[in-house]
Amino acid sequence: MLFVTVFFIIPLAMTLFMSFHDWPLIGEQSWIGATNYTELASDRQYLKSLDFTFRYTILVTPPIFILGFILASLVRHNIRFIGVFRTVFFLPVVIGLGVSSLLWVWMLDQRVGIFNKILLDLHWIAKPQLFLAKPATAMNVIILSVVWKTVGFTMILLLAGLQSIPDELYESADVDGAGYFRKLFYITLPLMRRTIALALILSVIGSVLAFDQFYIITRGGPRNSTISIVYWIFNNSFTYWKMGYGAAMSIVLLGILVALSSIQYYLLRERY
Amino acid sequence: MTAAPLLDRPAGAGGLTQQQKRLIRRHALLYLKYFLLTVLAILFLFPIVWSLLNSLKKPSEALAVPPTYLPTEIVFENYTQLTAFGNYGVIGHVENSAIVALITVVGSLVLSTLGGYGFARFNFPGKNALFIMVLSTLMIPFQSILIPLFVMLVRFELNDTLLGLALVYITFQLPFGIFLMRNSFLAVPREIEEAALLDGCSSLSLLYRMMLRLVLPGIVTVAIYAFINSWNEFLAALIFMSDQDKFTLPVFLTLVRSGIYGTVDWGALQAGVVVAIFPCLLLFLLLQRYYINGLIGGAVNN
Repeated sequence: MLFVTVFFIIPLAMTLFMSFHDWPLIGEQSWIGATNYTELASDRQYLKSLDFTFRYTILVTPPIFILGFILASLVRHNIRFIGVFRTVFFLPVVIGLGVSSLLWVWMLDQRVGIFNKILLDLHWIAKPQLFLAKPATAMNVIILSVVWKTVGFTMILLLAGLQSIPDELYESADVDGAGYFRKLFYITLPLMRRTIALALILSVIGSVLAFDQFYIITRGGPRNSTISIVYWIFNNSFTYWKMGYGAAMSIVLLGILVALSSIQYYLLRERY
Repeated sequence: MTAAPLLDRPAGAGGLTQQQKRLIRRHALLYLKYFLLTVLAILFLFPIVWSLLNSLKKPSEALAVPPTYLPTEIVFENYTQLTAFGNYGVIGHVENSAIVALITVVGSLVLSTLGGYGFARFNFPGKNALFIMVLSTLMIPFQSILIPLFVMLVRFELNDTLLGLALVYITFQLPFGIFLMRNSFLAVPREIEEAALLDGCSSLSLLYRMMLRLVLPGIVTVAIYAFINSWNEFLAALIFMSDQDKFTLPVFLTLVRSGIYGTVDWGALQAGVVVAIFPCLLLFLLLQRYYINGLIGGAVNN
């Protein structure tokens, strides 16, 4: 218990405390009031990273959810070999995001990467591409890698939700002659509201906190176009050593996450 | 006249009965489903299988431009070369990761078990408030408290040590671990304990002797999560370690990737990635059930 207090409560209070200071690594820290916060408002890169992080979150969440739902529907019933398929789709989840990002860097490389080789052999491209050189393609391949790595998690959550729906509901719908989409919209989706909300919120929170993939795959580039909030906090605190400033940004980040958690709490209330 | 069985009833004018049509449709759907599943499974497995196969190529072939699909010859040379890269070899960083993971697993197990048992069996003032506090820390992302954690580690002179990193990991495993172990202990009927107490066991030896066996699934789950999370973690390892010799595997590989030792050494990177992936896959394949149970238990209560 002491452990938890020492490592969570104190740091939390300290983050707040530090955010009102000029806090370099070496030398005196000094109280500068809310200066860090007012500085934030005029930090172009910070605003850009906020904007980027939200854009990334909005782009990455739907594919994860939709593919997760399709996979969950496909592996829902216990047909033969289904366990093998469930395992395969879940496998990338246990690989670390950092390591999987490195794996993708390698696969996407213009010289030794297999992606260019496949696309060349299929005659989809004429010469090897630098996927990470253009902001648009860089974003797309990052989304691809993250979907591959995380969709299994969403699948398992949704699968648990799907399996908790009693079969009798579908049987009586069959008797009434309901088609696939009627059953989807009138039985499956309404009954899974809580699971869906949970899956979406967890994936949104994960995306807001994204760091590894941008640090490793694109290194923030091209032209600083893929710097996420956590990445910018990292740069300020541990590259420029402006830890007070970084702390102020962390407080803002924490505020965003508390807001998201409240939405989650609101959506998951017993009302449904 | 004998009545034909229902299913084989001859249909008029060479057509199929409704039931036969439905049966065919159902079979067609099932095959379609297997087809889709197989295609998707191949796509999902592709990066893993390709990287594994690649690591078995000859070093010269592994670096071929353009790459080959399959190894022309299977050799383990890339793995014997693991000792030969960076200041003291890729293998040294595998060791770093393994040490951190081991300390994290042991630490999380001991503290989660004791904490979980305390919350499940003893009554003390403020217990509920404390438990809610433990749970609410699940909501605080560690990314938002990294800066003060760093300052604290510097103050305790634990920065740049594998132990310090492991302590941070243990902390982030604890809320989940305590929660899980508490539920495991609650599921054990009190009567079993009382019977043992009558036989003259003390509280602690009781915990040792029989409870541990009963809550083994919970323990396995906590251990897998502690291992996989600490083995894979990147951001904290990147921040808290500054001595390159002490880098954990993912951080070291990122360094290789950025070409800090001259050009990017793809051989070392490829072998390192495979070594980093392998233990997690193996552990998951062996203990899948525990991992998934932990995931669902943790997520639902989140």
